[in-house]
Amino acid sequence: MTSPRTSFAEPTRFAKAGPWIGLAVLAVALLVIAPLALSPFRLGLLAKYLCYAIAAVGIGLAWGRGGMLVLGQGMYFGLGGYAMAMHLKLADAGPNGIPDFMLLYADGQMPLWWEPFRSPLVTLAAIVLVPGLLATILGLAIFKRRIKGAYFAILSQALTAAFALLLIGQVKTTGGYNGLNNFRGFFGYSLYDPANKKMLYLIAAGVLLLSLALVAHLQRSRFGELLIATRDAEERVRFLGQDPAFPKLLAYVVAAVLAAVGGALYVPIVGIISPDDVGVVASIGLIAGVALGGRASLFGPALGAIAVGYAESTLSERFAGSWTYFQGALFIVVLLLLPGGLSSVLAKAREAAGGRRLRRVHAEAGEVAAV
Amino acid sequence: MTHFITRRTLAAGAVLATALATSACGAKTDATSTGGTSAAGATSCVDTSGDSIKIGFLNSLSGTMAISETTVFKSLTMAANEINAAGGVLGKKLSIVSEDGASEPSVFAEKATKLIQKDCVAAVFGGWTSSSRKAMLPVFEGNNALLFYPVQYEGLEASKNIFYTGATTNQQIVPALEWLKNEKKITSIFLVGSDYVFPRTANAIIKQYAAANGIKVLGEEYQPLGSTNFGSVVDKVKTAGADAVFNTLNGDSNVAFFKEYKGKGLTADSMPVVSVSIAEEEVPGVGVDNLVGQYTAWNYYETIDTPVNKKFVADFKKANGPKAVTSDPMEAAYTSLYLWKGMVEKAKSFKVADVQAAAGGVSFDAPEGKVTVNGENHHIAKTALIGQIHDDGLIYTVWSSKGPIEPDPFLKGYPWWKGATG
Repeated sequence: MTSPRTSFAEPTRFAKAGPWIGLAVLAVALLVIAPLALSPFRLGLLAKYLCYAIAAVGIGLAWGRGGMLVLGQGMYFGLGGYAMAMHLKLADAGPNGIPDFMLLYADGQMPLWWEPFRSPLVTLAAIVLVPGLLATILGLAIFKRRIKGAYFAILSQALTAAFALLLIGQVKTTGGYNGLNNFRGFFGYSLYDPANKKMLYLIAAGVLLLSLALVAHLQRSRFGELLIATRDAEERVRFLGQDPAFPKLLAYVVAAVLAAVGGALYVPIVGIISPDDVGVVASIGLIAGVALGGRASLFGPALGAIAVGYAESTLSERFAGSWTYFQGALFIVVLLLLPGGLSSVLAKAREAAGGRRLRRVHAEAGEVAAV
Repeated sequence: MTHFITRRTLAAGAVLATALATSACGAKTDATSTGGTSAAGATSCVDTSGDSIKIGFLNSLSGTMAISETTVFKSLTMAANEINAAGGVLGKKLSIVSEDGASEPSVFAEKATKLIQKDCVAAVFGGWTSSSRKAMLPVFEGNNALLFYPVQYEGLEASKNIFYTGATTNQQIVPALEWLKNEKKITSIFLVGSDYVFPRTANAIIKQYAAANGIKVLGEEYQPLGSTNFGSVVDKVKTAGADAVFNTLNGDSNVAFFKEYKGKGLTADSMPVVSVSIAEEEVPGVGVDNLVGQYTAWNYYETIDTPVNKKFVADFKKANGPKAVTSDPMEAAYTSLYLWKGMVEKAKSFKVADVQAAAGGVSFDAPEGKVTVNGENHHIAKTALIGQIHDDGLIYTVWSSKGPIEPDPFLKGYPWWKGATG
């Protein structure tokens, strides 16, 4: 592997700069246009979709590029979300106070492992490190044993189902089925203040852009190529002397951490985290956005997640009783006509315009073998 | 490979540092421009100038709760139509904005925000599960808006922005225990429930009541919501041989539980079950055969023999077909709209503060009987009824409290209550 790029056509100048141009356009749209054009309510909703989008970027890397159908990202989303929620509850409760629900349901007893989350720094570290470590351990166990395909998908979904059940069972420490909610502040800033809500939106937008930049960088690195090689021909990678477990593990960990960061931002933005937000259905919701947007492209997963969130909100506002049918129909139509997701429209248009070199890029991005 | 890792770590580190830097920047600029950590609360945008006033209905019309919450939506709609036919509220017709809570707490929070901030409704009616109410509470407090919540619940809450028109625990659970002790003369009890906050709180109350009244609790079993695996639970119930079973199971679990219960030879005579989540609406789903003779604790039954209720039942069947039944939560929802009307008319204003100030003492001749709003805790005084399920699928009152019981959500008037230690 002295010259890994030789296996691919030399990227054109456009393809080289493409992600950065796209990122710049998206940055202008999210940081400048959206705050000016949208009402505070709509901006708040967009902030929520952005949290899903951050998780979706990670899924794009693990599933689209790495071929791992991560059906249980809700678990990592929840780990980040609950870590943040625990800190917000403790901050609301005051220096030595304990969260309100524990006064009601746990006789005012707080378990010791809640204590570190009083510190904002520990919380921020935990949001990244806990899911990161867990994903590393799980990933090592899974990929070293060469578990893949449907078995991997089932395993990840079972884990998230178990995680949700665990949360429900522990009413005294996790709020049970109700989850954690009723937050008043966010690191010292009132959550009731519209200006601070806007700040939260801008943070979410910033984090999404950084996640995209990170994944764009990873995709174009040697790691990114090794990952695709592993996805398409794991045995050949092994014959060439590379351990396929390594790129898969890295992609899985990055996806877990991004899901956790999305979950952590979701908490102050939406105002609640409950087992419903992290369970099997929520995890499939994340996957649906990625599939719709185009899992192998850089921007597809994020835009798909935003589109699904937007469609859900507007359809349910317009057709309160029957919106789920429209949503289902939309999925079927899009995936039937565009198996590569919405992002393949652009690639198809480019192809039609006659860029022969880009056909390879399209083939790489669009027709990923199903798991 | 080491070179590879270093590059990645460096990149990730740089990204993380930038992330922290940007978020810190955003916080500072926004904080200095607006300051305050107090509940700023958006100013109300309710439009009272026209000849109509907007109100919001927020029920789960999709998802697992749709089957129950759709009936609440129907009775709310019926109440609104009646009020409009009679001239509206303060001379303004009600204009309804309906939203789907989709059985998900976060969606309830989203839609509540939409109804308040975008549609500018004067009040919102709806919610069913405790988790949906808990998710909406900060939204209504943060925006200083009003929610009318129509379902019996686990108590231990009193927000000035919520009116609770279903029963709290001292109007449902506690009377049921008193009935079991005084009328059924039980000395032991077995607790079966779904694993979420209402059953756990209800059972905490039952255990403390039992300890103070010489009743033995022979077992306490929880199953996840939606579980249909009750073989071992019913075996334990049968082996324990308690005088009665207190059932706080929700939804489909009841079908499996009662089938198993009947299948193992247990009956209403040998070991009666008191249920607090099975109303007329749920009886056909669980199966009348499995339920005949068993007891329920509510504040309303379709069979209540008063002219007001007869008209309510007839009107509801006329609007929704002859097979439609009426039940406690939908009656509480119907009542909630009339109570809001009473408050607004007493206050002569749609403003939240005026409605809150006028709320205490507002009463309504509801299908369940006369109900009165408690101005302190925003619950309503209502009569407790123990009912027995008959083979026509309806529930008939066998015992009722002596008049309406004052709401006591924190059970302050009950010396045996030491708090919900679960």
